[in-house]
Amino acid sequence: MASEKVLSLNGLSKRFGSIVANKDVNLSLHRGEVLALLGENGAGKTTLMNMLFGHYLPDEGSVEVADEGGTLQPLPLGQPQAAIAAGVGMVHQHFTLAENLNALDNIVLGSEDLRAFRRNRAAARGKISDIMKRSGLTAPLDVPVGRLSVGERQRVEILKALYRDVRILVLDEPTAVLTPQEADTLFENIGAMARDGLSVIFISHKLREVLAFSHRIAVLRHGVNVGEIATADADERTIARMMVGADTERAERSAMEPGAPVLSLRDIRVPGRSERDTLDIPELEVRSHEIVGIAGVSGNGQAALAGVISGTVQPQSGTIAIGGDAVRECSPTTMIHLGVGRIPEDRHHDGIVGSMSVAENMVIERLDDQEVQKNGLLRREAIARNAERLAEAYDVRGPGIQAPARLLSGGNIQKLILARVFEEAPKLILANQPTRGLDMGAAAEVARRLLDARSRGAGIILISEDLDEVLGLADRILVIHDGKLGAAHARDRETIGLMMAGEMA
Amino acid sequence: MIRIEPRQATSHCLKYGVPVVSAIVALALAAIPLALAGANIATAYREMFSGVFGSVFAFSEMLTRATPLIFTGLAAAIAFRARLWNIGAEGQLYLGAMAAVAVGTGFLDVPGFILLPLIIICGAAAGAAGMAVPTFLRTRFGADEVVTTLLLNFIILIFLQMMLEGPIKDPMGLGWPQSPPILDQGMLPPLIDRMRVHSGLVLAIVAAIIAQFLLVRSVWGFRLRAVGENASAARHAGIGVNRLLFSVAIVSGALAGLAGVGEVAGLKGYLTADLSPGFGYTGIVVAMLAGLSPAGVVVSALFIASVFVGADSMSRAMGVSSYLADLVVSMSLLCVLVGGFFARFRIVRTRAAAGGA
Repeated sequence: MASEKVLSLNGLSKRFGSIVANKDVNLSLHRGEVLALLGENGAGKTTLMNMLFGHYLPDEGSVEVADEGGTLQPLPLGQPQAAIAAGVGMVHQHFTLAENLNALDNIVLGSEDLRAFRRNRAAARGKISDIMKRSGLTAPLDVPVGRLSVGERQRVEILKALYRDVRILVLDEPTAVLTPQEADTLFENIGAMARDGLSVIFISHKLREVLAFSHRIAVLRHGVNVGEIATADADERTIARMMVGADTERAERSAMEPGAPVLSLRDIRVPGRSERDTLDIPELEVRSHEIVGIAGVSGNGQAALAGVISGTVQPQSGTIAIGGDAVRECSPTTMIHLGVGRIPEDRHHDGIVGSMSVAENMVIERLDDQEVQKNGLLRREAIARNAERLAEAYDVRGPGIQAPARLLSGGNIQKLILARVFEEAPKLILANQPTRGLDMGAAAEVARRLLDARSRGAGIILISEDLDEVLGLADRILVIHDGKLGAAHARDRETIGLMMAGEMA
Repeated sequence: MIRIEPRQATSHCLKYGVPVVSAIVALALAAIPLALAGANIATAYREMFSGVFGSVFAFSEMLTRATPLIFTGLAAAIAFRARLWNIGAEGQLYLGAMAAVAVGTGFLDVPGFILLPLIIICGAAAGAAGMAVPTFLRTRFGADEVVTTLLLNFIILIFLQMMLEGPIKDPMGLGWPQSPPILDQGMLPPLIDRMRVHSGLVLAIVAAIIAQFLLVRSVWGFRLRAVGENASAARHAGIGVNRLLFSVAIVSGALAGLAGVGEVAGLKGYLTADLSPGFGYTGIVVAMLAGLSPAGVVVSALFIASVFVGADSMSRAMGVSSYLADLVVSMSLLCVLVGGFFARFRIVRTRAAAGGA
């Protein structure tokens, strides 16, 4: 590997309000190198790359990019055009293609004068097929992008970057939407391009592909560099420890004897859009004093499972019983009345009504309660008193209980939801991605509350894409893949990881 | 460089200031067409003002005009708060008027204390039915209620014309397509002797007060706001969204129907196909200007009615087209929409980053 430096990020910091996304991050990249940028959700990987690409203006620090001669030049910050001109290309996790245009137009769009493009279409096509030949990335050029598969679209995105003669390519979670085979092919192509002199940074949290395809690994945690390691010297354990950190305070989980069943699902089937998210559960039981963790890659039927337990999705067939009571009509009201506490995956979208007050959001699930209303009229003093008490007990901080809930930070919105859920002493708790996007403090608080509820006797279903969270909290681990649940036979990353990839033994 | 960013919170000053400023700007902008029409602007504004506040009669005419606008404004405000886009207040108004005529013109010859409430109830029920149908189509089949309610307006108007040429045509009407008059005891009593302003105004204001109270203080209002602001979270929290939308549709349609009752049983006495000069549509402007607040609807209806009545009187005095009133009303809507943008976003000047863009 050549040792010529092509990129240097020096002491970059970025804060959003009170949240520090990146603090004094340094990173360098060499010619022909494939660097994996690793970190948990919210570790600041995407923020860092967005600063490199000019989408965000860093609060502190500088970026240097090598020019064509190979000498490092400071890059004007906060300007995507400058980054493009300096040969930096970025492929976002969410594609930015015009679906009604074909691949050729998409690739050329924005980099050439439209009139000149009319004349030089043939030349553009020649250049692209040349790039395709060298990189091994192929995609049909004359079909509207909307009709291409996800893998093909991603190749079009990368070709679009390569067409602009990038020397540094940033890929944000390139394999999140790909099948394992597509992912392997992509990385082989990336490897070939790197041997040709392209330098690549890819963001991922899949340890396997990081170990298999990168040269060097940089790890971010809570917005700070915590280490770099040559891939040759790394294994899953060392990287995982770097990502999660030895200082992580894991909530203590004491052994507990499970009690009576609080949830039993039998022969539940929920048709999805494809076979992959069609939920099919012959049997699932959750007992009191028990946390059942459901691990799996997103989009494997988690949404349908959570929907059934929340009452927002009506299963096509099967029976549900909560605490021994058969659920006849599956609706959110029924589930609430039967004592199911629901922590939704998307707290902004399903958890709160942002323009209504914190106090109102705290009682939204029990509007029929005599404490909340009398003869159809709201008891505003009682609602305010309830909110004061819960805000205190659950440490919900913000501009006050009468302020719109959307003004709260993500962690405080989650605490609001926790307060609403836990205060009703639910028999069953559905926690769907309960710590996604939360800082460590808030995440630890969520874990502590879940364990408290377990001690009190609740049964808990914990759906999470964060395997560490599942390993840390769950008494029993199930893996969801293609809408089917399988019990994990061993509590280790490898076994569960393989099952998440579909290798059910 | 200028950047637009959302405001964290909208202050009270901004919330109430925007509609007021919008109304003033719209009135000020009216000077342009006035000048183009060759009128003396100062005189025109004076005529407009005295056309509303110049005499008790002028003022009472303004109140008369405001009455249906309060009803249709409330119909729009309540529905829009729940994100139920009722564009059909015009049709529901005519349904209410038809129902009033159906029971009030001699079909039942009962004393006023029975007949009048009956007319009001039937008118409200007819309007409610007119909104319940498109709402059913939306909740059951996903049919966009903007389209269905809008198109129903024309269907209802044509149906009315058919009725006026046939079953409810006044045999004593000298061949005019109009209904027989409402019985005397079925008429909403006038508020002031020899003036046209009638007790429908009291009904409208009471309706606005009740609506405001229910919206803020009742569980129904809580649910309505939750569904309107975030239907997904409301559903997740166990609020029956479709059921709520239905109740909103009933209330909204009923209010629009009451506008028709007021016009027939309070003002005209009989029904023609030109009963409403677009009160249903103007109600949308009234509601938007009021920021969808029921209490605000009363104020904005008074303002819009003043513009109409004032511009009418000004145009008679100065020989300028009375379409000017429509112009001011439309401009005030545009100003509110623009103003609403500034209430939600603010313009921030940022230093250009080093190196220039």
